[in-house]
Amino acid sequence: MIRTEFLCKSFGRLDVLKDISTEIKKGEVVAIIGPSGGGKSTFLRCLNLLEVPTRGRVYVDNVDITTPGVDIKKIRQNMGMVFQHFNLFPHKTVLENVTYGPCKVKHLSKADAEKLGLDLLSKVGLEQKAGVYPSRLSGGQKQRVAIARALAMQPEVMLFDEPTSALDPEMVKEVLDVMKELVRSGMTMAIVTHEMGFAREVANRILFLDSGRLAEDAPPDIFFTNPRSERACQFLEKVL
Amino acid sequence: MVLDFVELSLRDYALLGQATGLNLDFSKIVPNIPFMLQGVGVTLAFTIVSALIGFAWGTILSVFKISTFKPLKWFADFYTSIFRGTPLILQLAIIYFSTPQLIGYAIPPFQAGVITFSLNSAAYSSETIRGGILAVDKGQREAAMTLGVAYPLMMWDIILPQAFKNILPALVNESIALLKDSSLVSTVGALDLMRRGQIVAAEKFIYFEPLIFVGLVYYVMVMTLTWVAQRFERRMRASD
Ligand SMILES: Nc1ncnc2c1ncn2[C@@H]1O[C@H](COP(=O)(O)OP(=O)(O)OP(=O)(O)O)[C@@H](O)[C@H]1O
Ligand SMILES: [Mg+2]
Repeated sequence: MIRTEFLCKSFGRLDVLKDISTEIKKGEVVAIIGPSGGGKSTFLRCLNLLEVPTRGRVYVDNVDITTPGVDIKKIRQNMGMVFQHFNLFPHKTVLENVTYGPCKVKHLSKADAEKLGLDLLSKVGLEQKAGVYPSRLSGGQKQRVAIARALAMQPEVMLFDEPTSALDPEMVKEVLDVMKELVRSGMTMAIVTHEMGFAREVANRILFLDSGRLAEDAPPDIFFTNPRSERACQFLEKVL
Repeated sequence: MVLDFVELSLRDYALLGQATGLNLDFSKIVPNIPFMLQGVGVTLAFTIVSALIGFAWGTILSVFKISTFKPLKWFADFYTSIFRGTPLILQLAIIYFSTPQLIGYAIPPFQAGVITFSLNSAAYSSETIRGGILAVDKGQREAAMTLGVAYPLMMWDIILPQAFKNILPALVNESIALLKDSSLVSTVGALDLMRRGQIVAAEKFIYFEPLIFVGLVYYVMVMTLTWVAQRFERRMRASD
């Protein structure tokens, strides 16, 4: 589904990603964890070219998206993304946020888009909020709308960048529950998270990024009980 | 009725003037008041048309300014520096007097004024709008990009509406400045409020009274606009 080969990213002189080679298979759920500043967000953002890699390749469905001339808009439609700070459109209602992509990018009719939108909103438990503006929602509700908005494009992969880090503790669960539901539906997912329990529970694989290196790439059972690298041990000691 | 009242109080003023030895007589201009007030329509039409065209052109220029295609940016920056770096009255004179010379079209004063002021106000508002665009959270852009939205559509639907909302107070201030500066068209003979005041002055050989009257009308217009803008701003802030 997604494969990176020797992916490198530098900001000026700062090497943020160093030769990351890995693969996310169809239907797989991959959790990306590691210390702050380790390059987790940058890695995720390279997968849909929100950051352009300095070197290396990113393949999506066997297409190298780093080659010039690739229709990145088309590829992004197939990769939903959820951000730490939600990034809902504040001047559009909840339903308009969700239907915007289908209407304007996929050119669905308004009626079809709204049917789809309401269906997704009910899946995240927010159909009664369809007509309100995002400023009226709690953080957890905002994030659930953001998930619905991404799903409205009917993507094959979902990328999450710390979807619960900006939330009050009591709202974390409602968002994680929606994500678990998504895992059950068989969605391919890449999730940057600090929720270790959640990562252990849902992920098929853990990617541990430290100082820009992929220090571990292992199933959760092995990673959490028997990490190979020194850095992972130290990290787990701190967070568990 | 109202005029009677004006006349009466103006007479009182005249008496006051005589009593204090000043040679003031507002009653002399009373018959000319309707003639002068007709200038309000001209001034307002002039301001509104110039503000709207200037706003539209300024928006286009602001998008040029943030373009990654450098020639567009250079053009917009150069354009702005020209209009900000020379006197407005000179720009007006050039357009009014040299259009007939260059293309043989005897441009009416009102048209020359609208063109000058639109071009000039676009230069100023393009800077304001550019600031407004840059102030929109970059997460908005990223959210639109991950939905696969094309750049022009993203600008139009997502970024500009939020930018305009941010800078509305500044845009109103620019319109107020435009309203006052519009009095410069009197120099090429457009029959605006200012020009009509001067005509009355020349006819009657009195200067203070008609000019003060005209000044009062400008003041009332500016204050009304300011008041409306403040109400509007407060309502918008409440809706956030
Ligand atoms: N646009 C940018 N320009 C310059 N430096 C950047 C940029 N984005 C990220 N960095 C730097 O790259 C490094 C890795 O950042 P990144 O956001 O990928 O880390 P992270 O693992 O997601 O951290 P966190 O857990 O704090 O979100 C950091 O040192 C950061 O300061
Ligand atoms: Mg991050």
